[in-house]
This record gives sequence, C-alpha cells and structure tokens, in this order.
Amino acid sequence: MSGLSVRDVSMIYNLPNGEDVEALKHLSFELEPGELLTVLGPSGCGKTTLLNILAGFLAPSSGKIDFDGKEVLSPDPQRGMVFQQGALFEWLSVEQNVGFGPKMMGRKPNEIKAIVDKWLSIVGLADFGKKAIYELSGGMQQRVALARCLANEPDLILMDEPLGALDALTREKMQGLILKLWKETGKTIALITHSVEEALILGNRVFIMAPRPGRLIKEYSLPFAEQGLEKNTREIKKQPDFIEVREEILTMIWDMEEEIMGRQEGNNA
Amino acid sequence: MRKILDKLGFTNTNTERKTVTFGDASVVSAPGGRGWTWLSVGFFIILWCLASIFEWINPIFWPPIGAVWEQFVFIFTEGYRNFTLLEHIGLSLYRVLMGFFIGCLVGIPLGFALALSRVMNRLFDPIVEFFRPMPPLALIPLVILWLGIGESAKIFLLFLAAVWIMALATRSGALATKISKIHAAYTLNANKKQILFRVILPNALPEIFTGMRVCMGVCWGTVVAAELVAAEAGVGMMIMVASKFLSTDIVVLGIILIGVVAYAIDVVMRYLEAKLIPWRGKS
Ligand SMILES: Nc1ncnc2c1ncn2[C@@H]1O[C@H](COP(=O)(O)OP(=O)(O)OP(=O)(O)O)[C@@H](O)[C@H]1O
Ligand SMILES: [Mg+2]
Repeated sequence: MSGLSVRDVSMIYNLPNGEDVEALKHLSFELEPGELLTVLGPSGCGKTTLLNILAGFLAPSSGKIDFDGKEVLSPDPQRGMVFQQGALFEWLSVEQNVGFGPKMMGRKPNEIKAIVDKWLSIVGLADFGKKAIYELSGGMQQRVALARCLANEPDLILMDEPLGALDALTREKMQGLILKLWKETGKTIALITHSVEEALILGNRVFIMAPRPGRLIKEYSLPFAEQGLEKNTREIKKQPDFIEVREEILTMIWDMEEEIMGRQEGNNA
Repeated sequence: MRKILDKLGFTNTNTERKTVTFGDASVVSAPGGRGWTWLSVGFFIILWCLASIFEWINPIFWPPIGAVWEQFVFIFTEGYRNFTLLEHIGLSLYRVLMGFFIGCLVGIPLGFALALSRVMNRLFDPIVEFFRPMPPLALIPLVILWLGIGESAKIFLLFLAAVWIMALATRSGALATKISKIHAAYTLNANKKQILFRVILPNALPEIFTGMRVCMGVCWGTVVAAELVAAEAGVGMMIMVASKFLSTDIVVLGIILIGVVAYAIDVVMRYLEAKLIPWRGKS
C-alpha cells in the first residue's frame, strides 16, 4: 500500500489536573495516492491533533500510521505541512523562504534558484521574490507558504486551516489555486477546514469528525473537486447536488454544536 | 508659517491626515518633529547661559557653562591626572565593551541552553534568578577582594553585570519561537543545528538586541560606579577626584560626558538594530 494508512489510532492527552482528554479514538482510514481529503468538524474534535500525528510531530497513544510503506515516527520532508498563518520565516525574503527546504536538502545554489523561480511563478508571485514577508498581504503570504511546502516536492501535503485567516474573495481564489496545484502535481493532500463549502469544493473525499472522544462519524466521496478543475467553483456551488450535501453536513455539524452547548450548560448548572 | 514650521522640523506631513492621533503610537514615533528636541536642548542650554551670566547659582553647587567649557578644552589638551581626556573616556569605554562582549559571549549561549534544555533550565534557573535582581555594585567589595582593583576586576564586574541580562533576554527570545515555525523547519528537512541557527536564533534576535541595549546602559552605569570606588583613570575616577577638590566644573563635565557617550552608544545600537533586524515587530 503506497498511500497513507491510519490504523486504529487513538490519542489521549493527560492534563496536569489528572484528567484525560480523548482527542482521537480508534481512528482508521486509508488515503490513496493523489486523493484530496478534507476534514470537517466542530472545534476541539481533534483535527489538529490528527494532522500533527500524520506529520510526525506527535506520537499517537496507540495505533499505527504508514505512509508510502514506511511507518510515520517523526517529521520527514516527504510529508510537507502548510500552517494557518505566521509560520513563515519573517527574517528571510520570499525567495529565501521558498528556497529554505531545497537548501536544507543540500541542493546547489543554481538548483535552488530554479526551484524557487518555478514555484513562485506557479503561485503567481514571480515578481515578489525579493520582498520581505511582512510586505505581503495575508493571501500572498499563504501563497508563499504553499510554495515553500511544495518546493521540496513532498508526496503528502498536510494543511491545517490554510485559508482560515483570509477574506472570502481571496479564499475562493486560493481554493482555485489549491485545486490547480493538486491537479498539476498529483500530490496527496489532507486539508482541515472550518468551512463546509470549502471542504466540499476541495475534497474528493470529505471526513466529518465529532468531538469527545474525537472520532470519524461520516465519510463522503464527492465529484466537486474534479468538476472544479474545469468549471467555475461559483457554478458548482449552485448545483442542486452540491446544495444537498452541504445542507446535510451543516445539519450534522449544527446538531453536534447544539449537543456540545447543551452539555456545557448542563455542566454549568 | 506652516512652511517655516515644516522646515524647522516641528511637523510631519505624513501623519497630518490622521484625524485620530491621541494614542496612535505610529504618530508619536513617526519621523520628523526634531524641532522639538532642539527646543528642549536649547532651553536648558540657554537657561544655563543665563544662570552663568547673571550668577544665579553658587559655582560650588553648579558651575557656570563657561567654566565647564574651559575645563573641557584644558583637559582635552593638557589631560587630567596623567591621562588625556580621550584616554579617560577610552578606558571607561574599553572596560564597558570588554565586559559587555564577554557577557554576551557567555550569556547568549547560556540563554539558549536555558531555553532549549529542560535539565539546563532547571540547573541554572536558581543561579540566574539569584543574580538577576542583584545590583552589580553590591558585588564590588567581593570582586576587589578576589581580583584587586586592576583591569581584570573591573572587567569581571562588568561581565557579571552583563551576563545575566543577556542570558535572560536570549532565553525569553528563544522561548518565544512559535512552534509552527519549528515544525515547518523540521518538515523542510532542517536538522537541530539548522533549526537553532536558522530559526530560533533569528527569532530571538530582536530580544537579544533589546537585552544588549539594556546591558550597555547597565554596564556604563556600573563602570562609572566601579571607577568611583577605585581607579587610576576613567571618567568615574575624574568625577571622584574632582569632587574631593570641590571642582564642580570637572564633576559636571564628567557627568555630561557620561551622558553623551551613553547616548551615542544607544544611537549606534538603534542604528544597528534597524539595519540588522528590519523584521522586528512585524510578524
Ligand atoms: N497539548 C494539548 N494538551 C492537552 N489537551 C490538548 C492538547 N492539544 C489539544 N488538546 C485537546 O484535544 C482536543 C482536540 O484538540 P485539537 O486541537 O486537535 O482540536 P481541533 O479539531 O483542531 O480544534 P479547532 O477546530 O478549534 O482547531 C481538544 O479537546 C483539546 O482541548
Ligand atoms: Mg485546530
């Protein structure tokens, strides 16, 4: 199996006050190479925990993860990560940020330059290489983050709410960019989002998670990401089949949130 | 009128369109407005001139400006107590820079050790926390007992003044590194050494620099105090000896020189800071 395989993964955080939080409970799934998975779920259901485990930053309490036939035990350039915001190196220029990975891989300066130029032009920032990070807008910064991750050609790309801090319009454009990159590079991607529409537009597979304990409650395989490669995403969002799935998921998450709120009120009473 | 004020540096055209200025830090720190600085400096100089001309103050308490100027010219050309003025200043500066330099050399790596290893943190924490609030002046008697009153004693004292400040500034800067940056570096194939030098160090640089500026101030103050206690030369010694002879003009000259040198050092540090860490405060 050359994709990603997650088998019976659980994660329990031991809090200092002696309590245990079951952030993930018996999670199992497989991801084929070239799939784009989006993960949705209410706050605190373990999405970030899952991604950190996939990246190798955290070891699960139990269970096993394999990627490309190798067990995931620590971070590896084969598995890249795009963070929400503020993970760029602001002491380096845009170029140097994108070239950081290739440099750490021991590439030669002329190779690094070629890689940087290539990825900057793909994300539409060819003229911004010399700029400082803090001179760019939030959307441009996230494009640099994408380019920095892709410059090392990882086989699996993990993204934790990469577009969460962007305005609606920039966000739609970035969704288009992610789809384009997905198509052109054929990478396997796992992306966390809070936006149901974003999950449906981007994911050819979509996971819905529920909290306490964090678990997978529903899984979809959807055609919209494929359609998005040819069609305008705004058109797709108007399709009846899109609206139907969107409403179904919204109801599901809404109910979960209600239950969480209710539980909290119960606790407070 | 407006143009004249502009020329003299009392206004800043860039911030003039802002209608809310009270509480806006960028308006306060915007360039321009140097006219006000000259106004305040000029005010005190003129006041001093007037006081000198009309002999408002007994020269034992505060000397006339002319007398200080004459002492300055005299000491500059003839020297004071076997050393020229530049030698006095140079020697004080040398002690400060040596203590500061060795303090940084030890303090910065110590700060990284405190930030990066739990064992080191726990080991050194009591020592650092003990010395942090300790005024360096309290250590003068011990240092004199151990090392006498020579150069090494003064440099050691200044080292003690600098090292804890640098260690703590470095620790806090290094600990402030966002974990997502470190994670990002790991996924980009950086090893521990590269993460230290290419991620944690640049992240800590702004705080290290702030520490250095604080350090310079403390060291400069400490050197003067150390020279007051025992020294053959130095600005502090000049002040001490002059006060015994009630030469208030030399005392005031020394005070002014201390202030001017300290200010010059801070200007240089601020310039270096702007050059070396342009990203400061912009993440
Ligand atoms: N380091 C930690 N120590 C203790 N508990 C933690 C830690 N990290 C996360 N948790 C807990 O684990 C659960 C899952 O957290 P996680 O951050 O994975 O959620 P999330 O789905 O990413 O939430 P959000 O949508 O708000 O980002 C939460 O209940 C959280 O309080
Ligand atoms: Mg999260």
